[in-house]
Amino acid sequence: MPTTNDNLVEVRGLRKWFPVQKSFIERLVTRQRQFVHAVDGVDFEIRRGEVFGLAGESGSGKTTTGRLILRLVEPTEGSVVFDGVDIAALSGEEVRRMRRRMQVIFQDPFASMNPRMKTGDAIGHSLEIFGVAKGEQKKRLVLEMMEHVGLTPARILYDKFPHQLSGGQRQRAVIARALMLHPDLVVADEPIAMADVSVRAMLLELMVQLKEEFNLTYLFITHDLATAKYICDRIAIMYLGLICEMGTLEQVYRNPQHPYTQALLAAVPVPDPHARRTAPLPKGEIPSPINPPSGCRFHPRCPFAMEICSQEPPPLRPVPDDEGHLVACHLRS
Amino acid sequence: MSEPILEIHDLQVDYPTRVGVVRGVDGVDLTVYRGEVLGLVGESGCGKSTLGAAIMRLLRPPGKIVGGEIVFQGRDLMKLNAEQMRRLRGAHISMVFQDPMTCLNPLQRVSDHIVETIRTHHPEVKVAEARKRAAELIDRLGIRAERLDDYPHQLSGGMRQRVMIGLALALNADLIIADEPTTSLDVIVEAQFLDQLRDLQKQYNLTIILITHNIGVVAELADRVAVMYAGKLMELADVFPLFDEPLHPYTRGLLKSVPNISLTDDSLQIMRGSPPDLINPPSGCRFHPRCPHAMPRCERESPPFTEIEPGHWTACWLYGE
Repeated sequence: MPTTNDNLVEVRGLRKWFPVQKSFIERLVTRQRQFVHAVDGVDFEIRRGEVFGLAGESGSGKTTTGRLILRLVEPTEGSVVFDGVDIAALSGEEVRRMRRRMQVIFQDPFASMNPRMKTGDAIGHSLEIFGVAKGEQKKRLVLEMMEHVGLTPARILYDKFPHQLSGGQRQRAVIARALMLHPDLVVADEPIAMADVSVRAMLLELMVQLKEEFNLTYLFITHDLATAKYICDRIAIMYLGLICEMGTLEQVYRNPQHPYTQALLAAVPVPDPHARRTAPLPKGEIPSPINPPSGCRFHPRCPFAMEICSQEPPPLRPVPDDEGHLVACHLRS
Repeated sequence: MSEPILEIHDLQVDYPTRVGVVRGVDGVDLTVYRGEVLGLVGESGCGKSTLGAAIMRLLRPPGKIVGGEIVFQGRDLMKLNAEQMRRLRGAHISMVFQDPMTCLNPLQRVSDHIVETIRTHHPEVKVAEARKRAAELIDRLGIRAERLDDYPHQLSGGMRQRVMIGLALALNADLIIADEPTTSLDVIVEAQFLDQLRDLQKQYNLTIILITHNIGVVAELADRVAVMYAGKLMELADVFPLFDEPLHPYTRGLLKSVPNISLTDDSLQIMRGSPPDLINPPSGCRFHPRCPHAMPRCERESPPFTEIEPGHWTACWLYGE
């Protein structure tokens, strides 16, 4: 499959439905299988060297999309092309080799580190798994990386267990671990959501700096549009398994086209008591992804909903006179 | 300003651990006035939740109040016995926690929670009457009446948190301590909840201590703000002067390091270092190792909490004397 060179990842028609677990009796009675439409047909590409943001509320499908790209879950439909190779078609061993080039950083550094493994060993584990280095050589590489991510004094922290590190140090360790194999793509799923305000700013700065140094591409998954602003080049807003708006950060933040994006931006609490929010909010909460609303999935909450909105799902279309800015809304057609 | 409802004097809370004693709250003086929303902000481990729990006398062992006074509506809470304290909780001081799912009983319907709360404190109220009140209450909170017989898992996160507020309103608590009430909520639901809390606060003249790490939430809702760091109060002021002219270098650093959605403000300043280990806190001012303005005196002497301008307090050697 041909790929243009500047796209590291191409996602086409990606869909993931999770079957809803039912009891035996329920299955006998209803005979009907239900699915959680976690990701329901998304298309986007991640360009080499950019930070692509995937933002939305919980249940929007942003994390599942990230996991599909890593092939940590199998897609129901659609394809993920990573550097020209369709990863859905790879065998187990091929996927394992491909994973060297794509790494992940999760939200909770405590849950993603083995509590019985020393920090240094955890960071260098992938070197052993892939047979890159072991023993003294591994230790040297790990110490170098620890210095790089500011996990200092490296020699002392190397032998500490995760519970002996502070929250910020743990997240630095997770970042170091992700970078050990010099991946091309890093999927960062809410990497700083658990950190304190002052630590957040430091981690963001570190991630930007490492991106330049290691020539990385990030998929930055977040619920926090304020944080996304400081790191993302382009951003896609997800709602109930679909992308409702996509564009450069500037396009989406300065000129949001979708009523959901507008609401999301307006709802972020601003650290300024003079700027207390006055704009009305959409009603209710994100509906269940088991039976998503017909037509546009946002229509039951949308203040501008028209008749067509409940009947036809709006496709993701270019915004006129704004290249690269896409929106899925009947109001804009 | 209206009458004080809660006065805290020189409160000290200790957590003995195997490696030493952590003084979680160290000499906090704070007055809360009727009808205000007091925002209590700080990073994790600064003692803000400990302070909230200490007011309720619900510190998790081995945490212990070792000094100071907590005077609530003229009564020293430290002198109450367990039974007196139990009657006070819920009826007069109510708490709303971060995660409503762990606070609501999964086997009880929403109505049962409210009815039980009312009848525990007012056994003379009949069940039917209590149910009627519960129905009115959730209607006021914008939850449809038919949800009254739902179980907590059937409600959305925002609804669950509104039920928690409902429990506080059921008995007209004089003081509500809300500890990170919106942290588990999505941003639009958070904004809806804050709107509702603001309306209820105005309507019923509620007194709320809003404990949060989210500076934006405080800016939205608080009348006054107290900033905590390493177990001590660093600054206390009305919300506008606190954001417009913060005095303490920690407050300034904190405000500048908050991500802001506005595209015109592009600078995210970084406060170097991290909060201290409270088993061995730094000498003098606890912020001095990270403070850009630290002077020799800051290392030696702890600055007193002083009123620099009317209503604007801070603990910093840069001001006064």
